[in-house]
Amino acid sequence: MSADLTILLPEIVLAVYAMAALLFGVYTTKDKTAPMLTWGTAGIFAVLAFWIGFNGEGTNAALGGMFVDDGFSRFAKVVILISAAAVLVMSESYMAKRNLLRFEYPLLIALAATGMMVMVSAGDLIVLYMGLELQSLSLYVVASLRRDSVKSTEAGLKYFVLGALSSGLLLYGCSLTYGYAGTTMFEGVIAAANAEHISLGLLFGLVFIVAGLAFKVSAAPFHMWTPDVYEGSPTPVTAFFATAPKMAAMGLFARVVHDAFGNVTADWGQIVAFLSVASMFLGAVAAIGQRDIKRLMAYSSIAHMGFALMGLASGTAFGVQAMLVYMAIYVTMNVGTFAFILSMERDGQVVTDIGALNLYSKHEPLKALAVLILMFSLAGVPPLVGFFGKFYVLQAAVQADMAWLAVAGVIASVIGAFYYLRIVYYMYFGEETEALDPAMAPAQWVFLMASAAIMVFGVINLFGIEGPAVAAAAALVN
Amino acid sequence: MEPIILFAPLIGAILCGFGWRLIGEFAAQWVATFLLFLSCVLSWIVFFGFDGETQQIQILRFIESGSLSTDWSIRLDRLTAIMLVVVTTVSALVHLYSFGYMDHDENFREGESYKPRFFAYLSFFTFAMLMLVTSDNLVQMFFGWEGVGVASYLLIGFYFRKPSANVAAIKAFIVNRVGDFGFALGIFALFFLTDSIDLDIIFQAAPELAQTQITFLWTDWNAANLAAFLLFIGAMGKSAQLFLHTWLPDAMEGPTPVSALIHAATMVTAGVFLVCRMSPLMEFAPGAQTAVVVIGATTAFFAATVGLVQNDIKRVIAYSTCSQLGYMFVAAGVGVYSAAMFHLFTHAFFKAMLFLGAGSVIHAMHHEQDMRNYGGLRHKIPRTFWAMMIGTLAITGVGIPLTHIGFAGFLSKDAIVESAWGAMSGPGTYAFWLLVIAAVFTSFYSWRLIFLTFYGEPRGDRHAHEHAHESPMTMLVPLGVLALGSVFAGMIWFNQFFGDHDTVNKFYGVPSHHAEETHAQRALPGAAFAANEDDGHGEAKADDHGEGHAAEAGWTPGGGAVYTHPDNHVMDEAHHAPKWVKVAPFIAMLIGFGVAYLFYIRRPDLPGKLAENQRPLYLFLLNKWYFDEIFDAAFVRPAKWLGGALWRRGDLGTIDGGINGLAMGIVPFFTRLAGRAQSGYIFTYAFAMVIGIVILVTWMTLSGGAE
Amino acid sequence: MTIADFTFYVFAIVVVAAGLFTVISRNPVHSVLWLILAFLSSAGLFVLLGAEFVAMLLIIVYVGAVAVLFLFVVMMLDVDFAELKAEMAKYVPLAILIGIVLLMQLGLVFGTWAFSDQAEGLRAAVPPEDTHNTAALGRLLYDDYILLFQLAGLILLVAMIGAIVLTLRHRTDIKRQDILAQIYRDPAKAMEVKDIKPGQGL
Repeated sequence: MSADLTILLPEIVLAVYAMAALLFGVYTTKDKTAPMLTWGTAGIFAVLAFWIGFNGEGTNAALGGMFVDDGFSRFAKVVILISAAAVLVMSESYMAKRNLLRFEYPLLIALAATGMMVMVSAGDLIVLYMGLELQSLSLYVVASLRRDSVKSTEAGLKYFVLGALSSGLLLYGCSLTYGYAGTTMFEGVIAAANAEHISLGLLFGLVFIVAGLAFKVSAAPFHMWTPDVYEGSPTPVTAFFATAPKMAAMGLFARVVHDAFGNVTADWGQIVAFLSVASMFLGAVAAIGQRDIKRLMAYSSIAHMGFALMGLASGTAFGVQAMLVYMAIYVTMNVGTFAFILSMERDGQVVTDIGALNLYSKHEPLKALAVLILMFSLAGVPPLVGFFGKFYVLQAAVQADMAWLAVAGVIASVIGAFYYLRIVYYMYFGEETEALDPAMAPAQWVFLMASAAIMVFGVINLFGIEGPAVAAAAALVN
Repeated sequence: MEPIILFAPLIGAILCGFGWRLIGEFAAQWVATFLLFLSCVLSWIVFFGFDGETQQIQILRFIESGSLSTDWSIRLDRLTAIMLVVVTTVSALVHLYSFGYMDHDENFREGESYKPRFFAYLSFFTFAMLMLVTSDNLVQMFFGWEGVGVASYLLIGFYFRKPSANVAAIKAFIVNRVGDFGFALGIFALFFLTDSIDLDIIFQAAPELAQTQITFLWTDWNAANLAAFLLFIGAMGKSAQLFLHTWLPDAMEGPTPVSALIHAATMVTAGVFLVCRMSPLMEFAPGAQTAVVVIGATTAFFAATVGLVQNDIKRVIAYSTCSQLGYMFVAAGVGVYSAAMFHLFTHAFFKAMLFLGAGSVIHAMHHEQDMRNYGGLRHKIPRTFWAMMIGTLAITGVGIPLTHIGFAGFLSKDAIVESAWGAMSGPGTYAFWLLVIAAVFTSFYSWRLIFLTFYGEPRGDRHAHEHAHESPMTMLVPLGVLALGSVFAGMIWFNQFFGDHDTVNKFYGVPSHHAEETHAQRALPGAAFAANEDDGHGEAKADDHGEGHAAEAGWTPGGGAVYTHPDNHVMDEAHHAPKWVKVAPFIAMLIGFGVAYLFYIRRPDLPGKLAENQRPLYLFLLNKWYFDEIFDAAFVRPAKWLGGALWRRGDLGTIDGGINGLAMGIVPFFTRLAGRAQSGYIFTYAFAMVIGIVILVTWMTLSGGAE
Repeated sequence: MTIADFTFYVFAIVVVAAGLFTVISRNPVHSVLWLILAFLSSAGLFVLLGAEFVAMLLIIVYVGAVAVLFLFVVMMLDVDFAELKAEMAKYVPLAILIGIVLLMQLGLVFGTWAFSDQAEGLRAAVPPEDTHNTAALGRLLYDDYILLFQLAGLILLVAMIGAIVLTLRHRTDIKRQDILAQIYRDPAKAMEVKDIKPGQGL
């Protein structure tokens, strides 16, 4: 039991911290402690990330296999924690300025992070569900944090109702799986679902689980909530949605399909490939009509999830590795981009229309350059890091004899390049309009520049994430 | 030391081209020139200190891709040493010369900075040329090959305000593309056949290639012949041989120092160098050798005929260059590579000098280039006159027959003519007679140039003649140095290049063997190659062979700088040629001189009458055998038409139309559709999810792996 | 057919029927009442399975608390369900089509129901023979499934925080009763006696 607790320690630490901080906040000065709690939570995230990243070793199963700590979960957790910390740090000034910084915000994020950590370590369908719900419920709340805004409450409500529907699908899939496999443990499911011998019920269970997870990663056609929720939520929350939960859901996705259904890759490979193609094309095509940068980023994230799913669809260890690398790159790019979006304001008012970026390069050449790099990287223009992420997943698809998928990805990527480049076009060649405020919080500036710099200098060796990604994929697929 | 020779010009080019704003124009030019003189001095040290043993100096790992793995390294053997000396010497002198020649150029506006650019190009060219001659594998050579092409393009079009210069630059580039395509195909073929681009390995494989058949263009070919011929196409392009020669005369649009450096002494000889470098392969490709001889001889003859009637001083020399390159190819083609290199070596001196001298004349005459407007200049510019005279004596081949005393061209050209005779074959005889006739023409047009320019009455613009002046010392010193080379280079090195066998072999580092091995053509060539391949280190193994089985060393290629087949006795035959053969070029020179003297000193009215009487022939020659017109009709116009059609129909119509239709019609349609689906109502969203799950479930039912 | 079988079928049929009426009844209050019936019947099914604890839990928590809460909500929120239904009616044909497709496929699944070979052996937490099922459940929850239990607790905590964050307001523009302030109010400070002479103002 104590060995189990050692394995669970990071999650326990985070949960205990969240509850202690809640008590502290309630019994002291309430919202005045919010900035301190925000930084504190970010600090805890960072410490845990280092702890997990440098301390973890091998594959350890706790509680009879319900909770798995392996290379894969550690990789995902580090990405989740670091991106969550980054988003917290850069959102602090934004929320304080708009009177949104309530002390519950960092705590909810901390609890959501706990849920995500549980998700990527799940070894059992019930743990999976618990982690997912813990995460989702926290996110529903923060989505409607700006409760006097109709859009924000609407976003929260939509997210909640559709999330409930997806939970229903997921639970239905879990029950089917349980019904046909007789167990909720992944180890048992994988034994029941082998390639020569899989019952249709188990396949249906798989399909429903995949559908529920596809909702979480916002893959088409389960993506419909994404643009509305991204637009309606406060921008820091949107930034959070676009980063850590995506990694967590992707990690959970990979964990389920490989740990529980790893013997029938050909079956779920088709489904995932379908989701991938649908997401890439929908993300690329639908974003073209958007003028709101947050909606645009929503579609962008849908398209990017399509690419990450492409890696997963290949069903190989290399595919998982490609997916992990892709997600790490994606999260980095989004942190930088949202750092910039958070700073977009004119006369103190938030602006999200991309027309406001007209000739931005004239007023702020350095920032415009950083955004240009990020946009190029998001579009996958070589030699930036974003290109290598795409290259990785395309390679995985080709290696798995899914050349058609790779070709579709390239076409979608070309279509999608349009709206990224349009932002660049506005910044460098647009018409003269009223300029955005030059002020930018230092934290946001740092993250914007760091992210852009990573996109440029990461091409040398991707900052060494390939090694851990290889180990993570090897831990998951065997 | 060798890396310094190689990289000093590159550093010079970079410092001069990019750094002149920091250190000033004048200093930048001197830096480039100084670095070139440095590499020139080092080259001579290498040349004299070199013992003939092939060395490889690795610089860095070059390419690592699949089975292609190669170093970037310097291959130092006698061929390289010769080329190093030729390239760096001429280049250094041309740098120096350019100080004077490029001083005030009316093609550029007042205050415009063009000199550092010119020097940087020159230095860059030198670097690329050195890369070419020092390369240890074909890709590295191709890099240098294209590098000199680029430099040539930039320098021909240096007067970018002159439309004719731009056209000439483009023409040179495109015509060279044809040759380069052949060269590239040759490299591909060799890589395909031997799985390597390293020269040593290819040389080892040459005997086996001669036994191999390969299908190319739906026909079966002998592999060695095909590869050698494809490489020779590359050589034809670079060295302006017949059919691919049209760019060279036009390249005279570039500044005269460029013509001297690139289009006379160095770059255009790269083709000859290539053939000599690939001698182990050529020796096993008799078909390709025949092609080299025939094309070389025909070019020598053709260019000489055209040179007879040209009036532009630089064009005369350009055709002369073209013709002399033909001589070199004949020598290489009949298998006397040392003679080809000998002529390359001496030709570099006297042809560079002729060009620089012509530049000096042009400089004196305020950029007038038409010889009909010269005349009587020997008193105005005496030093230039003497330099040109020495150059002419050298190119026409003045010397004492049947001895080894004479100007540089006398010895080297005679060596080639004798070699052609010594080949004792159909193509050899063909080449011999054409070369002798070409020698008559060479002598004629060279003397014609001298007589028209320096003798007779001043013609043309009186003002220009009155102000004609001797060039500054920076221009005269290079002329002097080159004059020394033109006089003595032949006599000093005759034995090494074309003496008896042992001397030549020692000079080239070929393992001594030869005649006695003639009968020893026994063991299967393939067996030796296979043994070497097992070892994986061709060079080392080859040496082992040479020592271990002296009898076999003779036919194992790759031992020295050049390789001659044991059956190849052309040089011996040439040495034992009858006296009339040896005297023939001298007689030809005398005839050419006599006719020129008659036409331009005694009876200046004769040429005009002759042109009147033989009008069709005259026009035929004046229009360069109508090559440009034929090419224009056969290739340029159809290509332009095809390009235009593809552009309008293909690009604008199909591709642009299709992409535009897709980008402006179909994609926005889907965008609108996606926008409409995003209604904002929860039930729409939920409905989409349900449809999604139904699709997935149906799919799984139909195609899932369930029982 | 034993009495147990008979009871099972009664409860089962009632559950399905009540579920159906929950969905299709026009009056939302009726829907909730149908829902309560469904809960009760499923509680009966649990009793039949020998899981009394879960059965009682269902009645106390779902019928006693959740369903009543539902009733309040439905009554308090004046939602015009008829209008919503009319909006939805447009999609009914398509929805029915999709429903039928889904149903057929699920029928296919259940038609070929077969336990996997390992199902018997893979069962987790088989109820011990000699223990009361409430005790067995408790042992399981606080031992093997402690993680799940704690996570469920965290989820509820989040729900609570969420409810408070999204609804609790501290309004500053209204008067509040401050009892301590009232108690500590001192007459000496609160009022002052002034002596006003007749004929003069203050």
